[in-house]
This record gives sequence, structure tokens and C-alpha cells, in this order.
Amino acid sequence: MMRMDLAIETHDLVKVFGEQRAVDGVDLAIPTGGVYGVLGPNGAGKTTTIKMLATLLKPDGGTATVLGHDVAREPAAVRSRVAMTGQFASLDEDLTGLENLVLLGRLYGYSRVAARGRATELLAAFGLADAAKKQVKAYSGGMRRRIDIAGSIVVRPDLMFLDEPTTGLDPRSRNQVWEIVRGLVGSGTTVLLTTQYLEEADQLADRIAVIDHGRVIAEGTSGELKASVGSGAVHVRVADPAEREQVAGLLAETLAAEPVLESDRAAISLRVDQPERVAGALQRVAEHGFRITEYSLGQPSLDEVFLALTGRPTDDTDEEEAA
Amino acid sequence: MSIQTTRSEDAPALDASVIAALGSGERPRPAHALSSSLTFGWRALLKIKHVPEQLFDVTMFPILFTLMFTYVFGGAISGSTGEYLQYALPGILTQTVVFITMYTGLTINTDIEKGVFDRFRSLPVWRASLLVGALLGDTLRYLLASVMVLTVGIIIGYRPPGGVLGVVLAVLVLLVFCFSLSWLWLIVGLKARTPNAVMGVSMMVLFPLTFVSSVFAPPETMPDWLEAFVDVNPVTLLCEAARGLMDDVPDGGDITLVLILSAAVTAVFAPIALRLYNTKS
Repeated sequence: MMRMDLAIETHDLVKVFGEQRAVDGVDLAIPTGGVYGVLGPNGAGKTTTIKMLATLLKPDGGTATVLGHDVAREPAAVRSRVAMTGQFASLDEDLTGLENLVLLGRLYGYSRVAARGRATELLAAFGLADAAKKQVKAYSGGMRRRIDIAGSIVVRPDLMFLDEPTTGLDPRSRNQVWEIVRGLVGSGTTVLLTTQYLEEADQLADRIAVIDHGRVIAEGTSGELKASVGSGAVHVRVADPAEREQVAGLLAETLAAEPVLESDRAAISLRVDQPERVAGALQRVAEHGFRITEYSLGQPSLDEVFLALTGRPTDDTDEEEAA
Repeated sequence: MSIQTTRSEDAPALDASVIAALGSGERPRPAHALSSSLTFGWRALLKIKHVPEQLFDVTMFPILFTLMFTYVFGGAISGSTGEYLQYALPGILTQTVVFITMYTGLTINTDIEKGVFDRFRSLPVWRASLLVGALLGDTLRYLLASVMVLTVGIIIGYRPPGGVLGVVLAVLVLLVFCFSLSWLWLIVGLKARTPNAVMGVSMMVLFPLTFVSSVFAPPETMPDWLEAFVDVNPVTLLCEAARGLMDDVPDGGDITLVLILSAAVTAVFAPIALRLYNTKS
């Protein structure tokens, strides 16, 4: 029944908070190695699922096996091999970066000297050597996320939970976090990543589960998921807002799609199923003498994935994160 | 538009150094219970070092109380401030230390709010060591506050008839009781939604408990109905035990009762606190 090549296996996992079924029968089979993405809006049950897998919450139903250990019966065995980083598992803001890492090192069983050595090594590796003696509350968002992750690999875990590691980060810091995640995977750690961004899941994850209202509503590689959604949207900005309606009409006709006139008076967007026809449509617009300042063919957004999978837009509820 | 990761100046070889740092990590045996508790105690000390403001309550509060009660009420209650000081100082000491116990709940609640709590709970160490470490840190606060009250008291003329030994024993009795009371505040800290709520609940309990006791005035001077409450108030018992030791008339009965009460409070509240702590969502 239990498969040894799986890092995480859950059957019908359930967590109830009062009236709300935060996690409502989640089945996951996450292979060892690589990055597994869990994609969903706020309140979908991502964090609650991770908390159960990391033994911080007891499941109300179903089973979960992490690295071959049942989370309910062998929580200590699970804790000794996993680490977590996220909005909900952070460091002590009052302490310096160095002190935080020494503290964790001591708890993981290093001697005083070894803990200090390990902390210094990690700070250097994560580009934080200069900030070693600063309180963590003075760190920027990107530094903060890096020290959080450094804290999780004081002893290299076999499985790492990363809960929305790049939410709120600027692109440069986000790229650094992605680099770190790739580095972790390269060293043999399995990473379970939750995210609200399709692009992030696309960049990092080998397989993705889409969660909504505590249930897995789709699972597969990012290619498979996108195929189920359509190719995405084309966004166009015209030079003269007065010409917008005419341009929209032309595009709609050529692409056989419904144009959306956005609140930006120069912007038009259309959902397209055949991206190869976009070039021709833009060509036609140019032939009619209209000027376009900007265009892009984007990936479907998480909203569009949701719309396609559930037939309704995402509705953010923050209840779960507050729980 | 998709942002391609460039390995140029943006993220200078972070990847390679991370892999190197990962590879060099050994896997020691996780700290045992005593060692992890002491490590969390060390964290409490570091926090005091970085946020010395948190000692403000512990230092200013006792000084203000000692001076205020002695000079404002002393003359009225006892006829002279000096005489009142002799009566009230053991009481002020009791009240101060009992009040400071609420910071235990405040600390744990702040940890939960900041997310540090879950990080520590996810570690492969004895889970309760976070609580034990916090209690160790609190001991330092109790001791500091005691030293402040006694120093100010002695400066303005308090002389303990029980001598150094009496004072040390009185402080020890206070510590034992406060440790047991801390478990109650841990429950409040684990249950309350915000640090402010913890403050509110603690104040609501501690104000009547400490003021309506024998801390500031002998119960015999109070109306019967109030005296009845004061007599069963555990703070009165604690205050009388400490006062006996400092006045060199130790009451073995009071002291034994305080110890029994402390054991009972711990026996009731510690399991509840630990259970809440383990199942906290």
C-alpha cells in the first residue's frame, strides 16, 4: 500500500476548523526528488495541509505518510527529517541573523563552536555575511526570506516545505529564492512549494496540484495544466485611446475572441486558444494604419486557470491563514 | 512576460555556494531535553539584551510602587511612612513579582503571532523545552524586580528583621509560587488572539488579586465581607508567608500551604498548557 518512492502520500486528508472544512479530502502522491508545487488562492487549504504534513496540526481524518512515517503515529521521526519555511515558520526578529542560526544549530545538536561555524558558513553562502550582526527585523524582504531558508537547512532536510516563499518579494529577490530552491533540489532535498503564482509553479515545479476549497481540483505537469486552460491572453495597448474600439473590433474579428476593454483607456485584452494567429491579427491592425505601443501574449494567470477548472473566478478568503 | 533567471550580477553564484553549504552540513543528534531548554533560556537572555525596553516594566514599576505607596499612603495608614514601609515592603515585593508573571503569557503569544512558535515546534527537540526555556528567562525578570524593590526599600529606610537569609527565603517562596502561576498565563497566552488580549485578561485577574489582599493593609481593618475574600485570596497567603520570613517570624504553616498550593496549581494547569501547546493550530 505504501510506496517507497513517494516522499509524501496522503489519503482523504481532512482538517476541520469549526464549521469550515479547511482541508476536505486531499489525496497527494508526491515523488521523492524535485519540486512539487501546490497552487491555490488564499484560504484554499495549502497552509493547513502543510501544517498537517509537518506535524504541527493533527489531521481530523484520513492518513498522511511523510518519508515513510505516519504523521499521527510517528511525529518525532517526521520532524527529524523535514524542515519548513514560510509565512508561518519564521525566525526571532529581535535576535540577529547569526544568533538565530546559532540557536537553531544548538537545538539541532551542534556544539557551541560547531553551531557558530555552521551559522557563519550559511550566512556567507546566502550572501548575508554583512548582516550577520543585525537584528532580523532590520532585514529587507529578500534577506528575510534567505535567512528563513538558511534556518531550515542548518541540518539538510530530506524534505523541505516552502510556504509561499516569494510572496511580496521584488523580482531580483524572487530570482535569488528560486536559485536557492534549485540548489536545494540539486543536493537531493525534495521540496514541497506552495504558491499563488502559476509562473512560479511553472518555473520550479515538476508537478503541480491545484487546490481549491480544501480539495485537489487538478494535478499534473505544468504543460498538462496549461493545456487544460487554453493558451492564455493577448494584451494590447494602442497609441491613441480614441482608436481603441476600432482596434478591438479588428482583433476580435481576426481572432474570433471576445475583447475585454480594461479600465486603462488604451488597453485591450483577449483570450486566445490559437496563439499562432496573434501575429497575423496584429499585422492586420498595422495595415489599417493603427499604432500599437505594446503587446504581449501572456501565460494564463491563476485566475484563468481557476476559471477554466472551476467555472468561476478565485474568491479569496483569508480565514485559513488566520487560523 | 516571463522573467528569465540571469546568473550575472543579480544572483552571484548563490546556487553553487548553497550547494556547498548544504554538503558540509553534518547531522548531529538533536539536543536533549535539558540542553534544548537551556538553549531556549539563552534565547530569552538574548532578547533582553536586544530589547532592554522590556525591562522597563520590571524596573520602573517596582520603584514607582515602592515610593508611591510608602509616601502617599504610608502616613495615612500607619501614622508614619517609616512604619508603613516596614509593613508594606514585603507586600510590594509580592505584588511586583506576581504582576510580572503575566509576561510569560505575553511572550508566548508574541511568538505565536510572529511565526517563531511554529518554527520551534517543527524542530526535532522536546517540545516543552520552549516553555521551560521561557520560564528560565522569566526567573531572571523576577529576580531583577525583587532586587529593584529591595534596593529602593533599603535606600528609603527598610530594614528586614529576618536578615539576608529571611529575604532570600522569601524571594524563593515567591519564585516557586510564580512558576506555578506562569502555567496559567501560558494557557492564556496560547488561547488569546493577540498580545493585547493577554494583557487585558491578565490585568483583570491580577489587579483585584493583588490589591484586595494583605499586600497594602492588614485585613483586620477591612469590612467583614472584604476580609472574608482577602483571607481566601492566595496572594494574601503568599504575602503573609513572605512577610513572615522577612520579619523574622516565619510561619511554617503559611509556607507549607504556599508550597502545596503551588504544586496543586502546577498539577492542574501544566498538563492543560502542555496539551494546548501540542495541539495549537
